[in-house]
Amino acid sequence: MLENYKQNGGFDEMLDGSGATRAHYRKFRSLLEEIAPDDFSQRRRSVDLSFLRQGITFNVYGDEKGAEKIFPFDLIPRIIPAGEWEFLERGLTQRITALNLFLHDIYHDQKILKDGVIPPFYVLSGKHFRREFVNFKVPQNIHIHLCGTDLIRGPAGQWMVLEDNGRCPSGVSYLLENRRAMKRSFPGMFGAIGVQPVEHYPQELLKMLQYIAPGGVADPVVVLLTPGSHNSAYFEHTYLARQMGIEIVEGRDLMVQDDCVFMRTTKGLRQVHVIYRRIDDDFLDPTVFRRDSALGVPGIIRAYRQGNVSLANSIGTGIADDKAMYYFVPRIIKYYLGQDPVIQNVPTWLASEEADRKYILENLEKLVVKAANESGGYGMLMGPKATREEIAKFRGLIASDPRNYIAQPMILLSQHPTEVAGQFEGRHIDLRPYIIYGEKITIVPSGLTRVALRKGSLVVNSSQGGGSKDTWVLYGEE
Amino acid sequence: MLSRVANSLYWMSRYIERADNTARLVDTSLQLLLDIRNLDEQHLANQWLPIVQAAGDEEAFSKLHPKATGAAVTEFLVFQPENPNSIVQCISQARENARMARDQISIELWEELNRLYLFVRSAEARQIWKQSPSDFFSEIKAASMHLTGIAYATLLQNEGWWFTQAGRFLERADKTSRILDVRHQSLPAKGLPGAISQTEALEWAAILRSCSAWDAYKSLYGADVHPVRVTQFLMLSEDFPRSIRFCAAQLNTALRKISGVPEGRFVNDAERHAGRLLAELQFTTAEEIFERGLHPFVDDLQIKFNRIGDALFEAYFFLSFAAQGEADFVQQEEQQQQGAPHLANDRSGWLVGKPDAPCDANTRFCH
Repeated sequence: MLENYKQNGGFDEMLDGSGATRAHYRKFRSLLEEIAPDDFSQRRRSVDLSFLRQGITFNVYGDEKGAEKIFPFDLIPRIIPAGEWEFLERGLTQRITALNLFLHDIYHDQKILKDGVIPPFYVLSGKHFRREFVNFKVPQNIHIHLCGTDLIRGPAGQWMVLEDNGRCPSGVSYLLENRRAMKRSFPGMFGAIGVQPVEHYPQELLKMLQYIAPGGVADPVVVLLTPGSHNSAYFEHTYLARQMGIEIVEGRDLMVQDDCVFMRTTKGLRQVHVIYRRIDDDFLDPTVFRRDSALGVPGIIRAYRQGNVSLANSIGTGIADDKAMYYFVPRIIKYYLGQDPVIQNVPTWLASEEADRKYILENLEKLVVKAANESGGYGMLMGPKATREEIAKFRGLIASDPRNYIAQPMILLSQHPTEVAGQFEGRHIDLRPYIIYGEKITIVPSGLTRVALRKGSLVVNSSQGGGSKDTWVLYGEE
Repeated sequence: MLSRVANSLYWMSRYIERADNTARLVDTSLQLLLDIRNLDEQHLANQWLPIVQAAGDEEAFSKLHPKATGAAVTEFLVFQPENPNSIVQCISQARENARMARDQISIELWEELNRLYLFVRSAEARQIWKQSPSDFFSEIKAASMHLTGIAYATLLQNEGWWFTQAGRFLERADKTSRILDVRHQSLPAKGLPGAISQTEALEWAAILRSCSAWDAYKSLYGADVHPVRVTQFLMLSEDFPRSIRFCAAQLNTALRKISGVPEGRFVNDAERHAGRLLAELQFTTAEEIFERGLHPFVDDLQIKFNRIGDALFEAYFFLSFAAQGEADFVQQEEQQQQGAPHLANDRSGWLVGKPDAPCDANTRFCH
């Protein structure tokens, strides 16, 4: 089936430079050859249908009919050998440890600022830096409990961190559902190849949430707070709540009395101790943050401050995934851990640094420009693919608000065989592993591999025509 | 259980039941017309308008359609997006409620409901409808039974389950009463009706069919269809699962399971009204109903159903706990801010905007 598949520049995940299959793809490839093409497309159709039936869909903002789309799923898995995964695990653990120490520091003594490692301007001007929480001690001293770090591989196969998502990273339900779909489609392959399981994610998540409960609560009530059924990630919210066996609540289901949070049940009020919130800081409490938020719970921040309820993630973690702060992460790691980063950053220029800004403005057509606090592929300029007008627009944006922009070189992401209209072609991919920071740091051996389905495209976001793949981490090297 | 979720489960099953009953009603009416000859426009309207009335949407209908033709009524009851009670809208609402309570229902129930939703909104559904309305309705009815079966076979029979039961049986009681009332204009306003014509017999048989009661009725009364017996059966049967008395008994059980209060007592108005309704149906005869007149009796029933629905909402779904006022929180927040220690916002010594050090060498490897 893959005999016509070719390398076409860049780093190919399956084929090495000479066109031979890499060791960790060999077993999969030979098992795939045993499946007839018709049979393969049959399985593909049945997976699509099952996703649609299960309602594993996302809502597209701006689509008037509120149409739900299935997140396109490609049946060829991305495979990572054990040794490489250990490297990634080490790098991600180092990174989340450092980011947590950083958050603790900037919300307390601010040593890193006083020691001159990071100019205070960048932290204090951050849109997601919450002055209100300076000197607030978060439960168990953990700020980022859940992180979805986006990793990419460059032309030489080198792994790099593209961004840290330390607010409300989404997508883990697709990881879990993709695996289920693959197990149904290719039941024989898993035993034969030796793929590490991912099913324990919900248990690990629940364990972490229980761990951060306010002290002295023996059997904490944990809930998931969703913005509601019209949110694009609503499927994921219900999915995770169901897998953990906890209630999924909306803001209107909760209320605060005597600095404690309660949910409204048919039997009266019931106290809530831990909230896995999938609502951004801004919308969490209309009495503290955005006054117009109809999603939040008035008084919830006060209950949080009094230590009567715990939140995951904590308030104000967004400063750590501000794209300007990303630039400083290697220094953050060095400062708190005395180590060099295991996984490198993508080279980055900060528009608010004069020399960098000059370089950016002179090279806009070669660079990728990103707004510091946007996500999902919005607010971005892909210089080499942009029109003159787009470049001119960003030139203006950068000049008027340099703090809000960074630039990076356009990196040719690694490519992976992907089914396109019955053929297999190379498409660019990234990887988002999901990190849980509780009593210990847990990373399920897998991640969401997102794939840019359009030929040559480097944008993998689901809102921009991306799809996904299952990600197999092997027990061994092949 | 969260009040909002209980409310969603209740409405999910109400909407499924509603779609199912509308499908039966329209299907049987279309079949009936095949058996009646010489229909002019007025006669047709006489056949169709009561169907709209039975669905309880006469006002909405007349706003959209000047005449009660077969095409207008069926479009209105089956597809019309402006009619919140059209079959397609009912199924969409049921699914929306199921989505809100997704963590409380089984994957099997969700998938079937989602499949039905995707079906009624597909081009295929319109196609089937055009070729054979009966096939279309069979699909809806089968899916509804499938959903009920899945619910019985896969849902935990906990509090949420009893809310779905309450919704299902309250809706079913309401719809059976409306269907039974469809031909009230051919009856004397008060008193027992006499012998009926052959066409009328067909119409009353259609009522039984609309409630899937034809076989059950025959086994009790034979093929002789008479309004008194039909009323006796659909209103007062203790054993037929779509009779109003049966539904009232099930509703009563569901409410007691929710609150844990034994028979003969009540802790809220929903239980009080439902218990009283059941007692009334247990100790009423068909003759008494006709003495009052079937139509006034049914009207009165509907008021009671609404009362129970409202009371249920008050008792479980709408909890007006006094939350602390927002203004208090804002004030507390402001005070908190003033008491907050100062942070290191002293920028002296920092030349903002000037790179203070060369960029980390290790981050600059592919210019």
